[in-house]
Amino acid sequence: MIREFNVNDVLYLVAAMRWTLALTAIAFAGGGLVGLLVALLRVSSLPPLRWIGTIYVLAVQGTPLLAWLFVFFFGLSIVGIEVSPWIAAAASYSIYAGAFLGEIWRGALQAIPKQQWEAGSSLGLSFGQQLRYIIVPQATRLAIPPTVGFLVQLIKNTSLAAVIGFVELTREGQLTTATTFRPFTVYLTVAALYFLLCFPLTQASRRLERRFHGAR
Amino acid sequence: MSYSFQFRDVFAAWDFLLDGLILTLELSLVTMAVGLVIGMAGAAARVYGPKPIARAVAVYVEAIRNTPLIVQLFLIFFGLPSAGVKLDADTAAMVALSINLGAYTIEIVRAGLEAIPKSQIEAGQSLGLSPVQIFRYVIIFPALRLMFPSLASQFVLMMLATSVVSQISAQDLFQAASIIQSRTFRDFEVYAVVAGVYLALALLFRLLFAGLYTLIFARRAR
Repeated sequence: MIREFNVNDVLYLVAAMRWTLALTAIAFAGGGLVGLLVALLRVSSLPPLRWIGTIYVLAVQGTPLLAWLFVFFFGLSIVGIEVSPWIAAAASYSIYAGAFLGEIWRGALQAIPKQQWEAGSSLGLSFGQQLRYIIVPQATRLAIPPTVGFLVQLIKNTSLAAVIGFVELTREGQLTTATTFRPFTVYLTVAALYFLLCFPLTQASRRLERRFHGAR
Repeated sequence: MSYSFQFRDVFAAWDFLLDGLILTLELSLVTMAVGLVIGMAGAAARVYGPKPIARAVAVYVEAIRNTPLIVQLFLIFFGLPSAGVKLDADTAAMVALSINLGAYTIEIVRAGLEAIPKSQIEAGQSLGLSPVQIFRYVIIFPALRLMFPSLASQFVLMMLATSVVSQISAQDLFQAASIIQSRTFRDFEVYAVVAGVYLALALLFRLLFAGLYTLIFARRAR
């Protein structure tokens, strides 16, 4: 039955934002772990480890996120496991975010002058200690603005989970369109809600960049 | 329960995949070309234009960059008909992708333009170069060199992102995969193959852009 698009629909859309945020949080946590590993692999002193990191980034950044979602959601059923949209989404987004975060963090690590590492090792610090006490504290400052910027990409890309039936903001928009038949109003509202989430982060990323850049 | 992989059904539908691949390439190339034009014009308007126009460009850029591509696509394909503008899937896809890439390109080009130090422009003026000459030799060429890597990676990401047009049933490579999947039920195989094709395309584009960079900038470097 077709009914009017009213305040309740807007409230439903707003409520669906929590799943967008939840998915973003999961993706960021999973992607953060993978990304940390990728960044460490990429700055490793052992060439084979560096190659693994490079190939991973190349492969993930060279394939559409949509393909990962479909492989996990439809493809894994062949191994006999029924995959829920949650698991498929969590796995896909961790893989995807890991490659991008890994690259961002590698850049931050490599921006620290080599002498800092050497100073650490001449003080007798191990690789882990150099990372922990000397490199990471400095690299964090560099990494924060682009990481926040990537968070915006991540929030926007959670919209793709709608295609495997994960009910977040975009999927809720599709469902609302089906009942109200007001696609223009509905998708405009959906876009506005994404904007409300993303714009403050975009601004924050810019402000942080200016601040850290000015302080150097 | 064991599963035997069967790629035969997927490769048997190669003509289907090829048709999809062609649309994906078309969409990518058109989007890159239009996006570049929007990006250049928009960035020029944003940096050198009068205030109201610069503001309008800024609003466009922020609106696009802070909302998902798939929502923009839905808005244009499903939403616009109620405003009387009916586009078929391919056209809607092209419009949405171009509008999207245009906004990102404006930001990249703007950053490139703003990275040229004022002193360079003044040096050009003191050498008696005309504004056109200054724009050509002092601003645009070095700026292009600076922005080329970001542009190239943005373009490659956009090529991959064209896969979302399958969601408005444009017959691109990804949609071809979905159709083969629904006919053969070879889910894993078909998406793995298509992911491989996208990967090959991405590497190809990167190689192409790297070659273009050396061709344009290497000889006149420094």
